Amino acid sequence: MSRWKTAIGLALTGVMLFPVYWMINVSFTRDTDMRKSPPYWFPVHGTLEGYRAVLDQQLPYLGTSLVIGLGTVALTVALAAPAAYSLAKLRPRGGGALGFVLLIAQMIPGIIMAMGFYAIFLSTGFLNSVLGLIVADSTLAVPFAVLVFTAFMSGIPEELLQAARVDGAGVARTFWSVVLPVSRNSVITVSLFAFLWAWSDFIFASTLDQGGEREPITLGIYRYIGNNNQQWNAIMATAVIASIPATILLIIAQRYVAAGVTAGAVKD
Amino acid sequence: MSTPTRARTGGGTAVDRNGAALPPVRGRGIRRRGRPGQWAAWAFLAPVVVYLLVFYAYPLYRNIDLSVRHYTVRSFVHGGAPFTGLDNYRTVFADPTFGPALWHTVVFTVVSLAFQFAIGLALAMFFTQHFRLSATLRALFLVPWLLPLIVSSSTWSWMLNSESGVVNAFLGLFGAGQVNWLTSPDWSLWSVTIANIWIGIPFNLVVLYSGLQAISPQIYEAAQLDGAGAWQRFWKVTFPLLRPVSAITLLLGLVYTLKVFDIIWIMTRGGPSGSSTTFATWSYRLGFANLLPSFGPAAAVGNLLIVMALVFGLVYIRAQRRQGLS
Repeated sequence: MSRWKTAIGLALTGVMLFPVYWMINVSFTRDTDMRKSPPYWFPVHGTLEGYRAVLDQQLPYLGTSLVIGLGTVALTVALAAPAAYSLAKLRPRGGGALGFVLLIAQMIPGIIMAMGFYAIFLSTGFLNSVLGLIVADSTLAVPFAVLVFTAFMSGIPEELLQAARVDGAGVARTFWSVVLPVSRNSVITVSLFAFLWAWSDFIFASTLDQGGEREPITLGIYRYIGNNNQQWNAIMATAVIASIPATILLIIAQRYVAAGVTAGAVKD
Repeated sequence: MSTPTRARTGGGTAVDRNGAALPPVRGRGIRRRGRPGQWAAWAFLAPVVVYLLVFYAYPLYRNIDLSVRHYTVRSFVHGGAPFTGLDNYRTVFADPTFGPALWHTVVFTVVSLAFQFAIGLALAMFFTQHFRLSATLRALFLVPWLLPLIVSSSTWSWMLNSESGVVNAFLGLFGAGQVNWLTSPDWSLWSVTIANIWIGIPFNLVVLYSGLQAISPQIYEAAQLDGAGAWQRFWKVTFPLLRPVSAITLLLGLVYTLKVFDIIWIMTRGGPSGSSTTFATWSYRLGFANLLPSFGPAAAVGNLLIVMALVFGLVYIRAQRRQGLS
């Protein structure tokens, strides 16, 4: 009985992941076979043309995305962790209202934020800059990060903080030497998601970085689709490489991912 | 006030511990510390508050301002756009795109939500049963949700290609003719909806799965002892107990789906001839994709989107509160 369920599970997963398989298959397909009907279901005449094109043309984009991703992670954690500590343990008056604002903030459509940022960046000269994109991308993650950190830090036993206080640590010291190390897991969860969202961002990149010198990989792929409609193996090869962070995340950090998905949604 | 508290204590077992630890802390804070504690608390909060004001409140304000003035490219840069009240909104309502875009937004959202939720719930029920590899397979189901949207959208674009797409090749095995998924006005909206459902299933699966995990097995045992069949157990036990989790899943799904822009823009750019245009892509086209950007109407459409999301958010909060009272 259990074996049957495993078989059904495998089949369902196969159907679900077929597009991912197809992306990989196409990335290895020769140009000449690209329009073949019916297509090869496996990369029988596998080629690395696509990947060679990626190495030639897309490396700078990947580098930019990496910088933007890491910058977004740093900014997000630096902003969200102290705030969450305050909300969870210091109980500021009006903190509840702030939590509500953060919840609402997540509802604002990206296009609205993009338009607002466009106006601000235009007058301050931050258009087409990596720093500007880091700031814009961080808005995808900060509200989520505060909520996740707060949920986690609320669970830190009060005795632990009291012990630190007895030892003479102030509020800031307690945060840095006790709360932050204990919250390592939630820092990882938040960092992973912040990186992934910044890495995947398309709307801010396409509005705030049109024609900049350093563009992220999402724009690299988008231009690829626009420019050379024929070279789908190169497009899919770029897509495969752009999926690497997500894959790493899933392999090494699966439990953090599941924690992140449910943290915002499921209560008690 | 009930919502933020819930959000703050969203961490599972942490809730109970925290809930138990809460009263003495507050008491001590008032007695011993009073004001200085408040200062420290707000000092830690200050960066995020400033951040929210500068990077959320100001863009939002800018957007409202954009929607009530007549902006040209020149006045967008140099300022001094004349105030025109609700003119931009009137323009938007009178635009022939408005009706279809509203309809597409509703269809896209409702169909996406219905299928994501139904499939996600079915899969979650399936995965609660114990079998080999179940944890691994469940993790693999997350892949579509984690991929950058541009990756999944371009993959779907190629799969749905009329002449060389694998979907048509597969349908061809059963003798179906060529379907112009992305280039026919009859199919484009369905194509982007299908891609969006695929992307949304993992989220529904994970959240509903953890919701199912929280239902005590003893309740099922009791129901079984009372002679309830599998079907009855689902409708009389699982479904009602899962209602709070379902509600938040649907609300978050709704908010996400209303915002969806990347998928549609990358796959069809809202076309052909506007047949897959939603509010999100329409707003983008007005503001960024035309040679002469019309920022005012673009902002107006964006604000309508916010209003839609807010209305549903408030409906949810009201429903929650009513449930809390009864």
